[in-house]
Amino acid sequence: MINEILLMNGYGVYVWSSFVFTLSIFGILYSVIKLQLAKEQKKFEMKFRNLASEKIEFAKKQETFREILANTSVSKI
Amino acid sequence: MLNNINPTRIFFIINRLQKYILILFLVVLVIGLLEALVFSPEDYKQSDSVRIMYVHVPAAWISLGIFSIISILSFVILIFKNKNFSLITKSLAPSGFVFNIIALVTGSIWGKPTWGTWWAWDARITSMLLLAVFYLMFILSWRIIDQNDKAIKVSSIIAILGLINVPIIKFSVDWWSTLHQPSSVNLLEETTIHSSMLLPLSLMTAAFALFSVLIFLMKYNTELIKIKNKGLDRL
Repeated sequence: MINEILLMNGYGVYVWSSFVFTLSIFGILYSVIKLQLAKEQKKFEMKFRNLASEKIEFAKKQETFREILANTSVSKI
Repeated sequence: MLNNINPTRIFFIINRLQKYILILFLVVLVIGLLEALVFSPEDYKQSDSVRIMYVHVPAAWISLGIFSIISILSFVILIFKNKNFSLITKSLAPSGFVFNIIALVTGSIWGKPTWGTWWAWDARITSMLLLAVFYLMFILSWRIIDQNDKAIKVSSIIAILGLINVPIIKFSVDWWSTLHQPSSVNLLEETTIHSSMLLPLSLMTAAFALFSVLIFLMKYNTELIKIKNKGLDRL
């Protein structure tokens, strides 16, 4: 059974390489986009920490800023 | 109506949707892979090599679909100057390009056992390669051009020009004598593919569509945070 699935009547190399290539590309794209997102969130967090206290209060009033902060460690401070 | 598509509201939805889409994608992908690699029957002519169809065809459909959406939105961007739509098109492009590459590479792998060659300058393959060039130009226009307004204009024009290629890809198998067979799955006419093969094909298409939505949401999220980073500088 396993041999049949692996060899696929002699087409195993073609079939498996197609699926492995597709899933690898998925993994790479997901990791790259996830890293970019984490980098931007980190940058936002750093900038937010360096704001003056009155500016922090002002920024916290903005809905989008609150949403971004909800996904960073600032929300846990 | 266009003003209702508010980035803040979208941002709120995106953050909650991402993890559910990821879970759903993984579930559909696992079922789709089992169907495609284990349970679906081999083809009477192509034997097990037909299983490549379950990654090749959905990838081609999704890349074509994404480019069509980008092109239509580009018209709206040029007419109504809606900057949020330009963020949407910019965020859609990476997954569309990647699916285009997957379609080309898996098609090439499928071509070897089926046609005896890795590559042929067949109308369908060549027009798909041209689509990859349009995707690349679209993505590069955002990277190369510094001025945002100019980048929006240039990328939109590239997407609109690329739209000419979309019907060429779709009807290339009917207009020219090509190595590709005519389509077996039709929305308006009778589908000629057997249900035992249609099920894994549908599942894999759903999984690929969910993955493209997930990547789009993550990329859109990143672009919005980039804008908000600039907003923090101006506070």
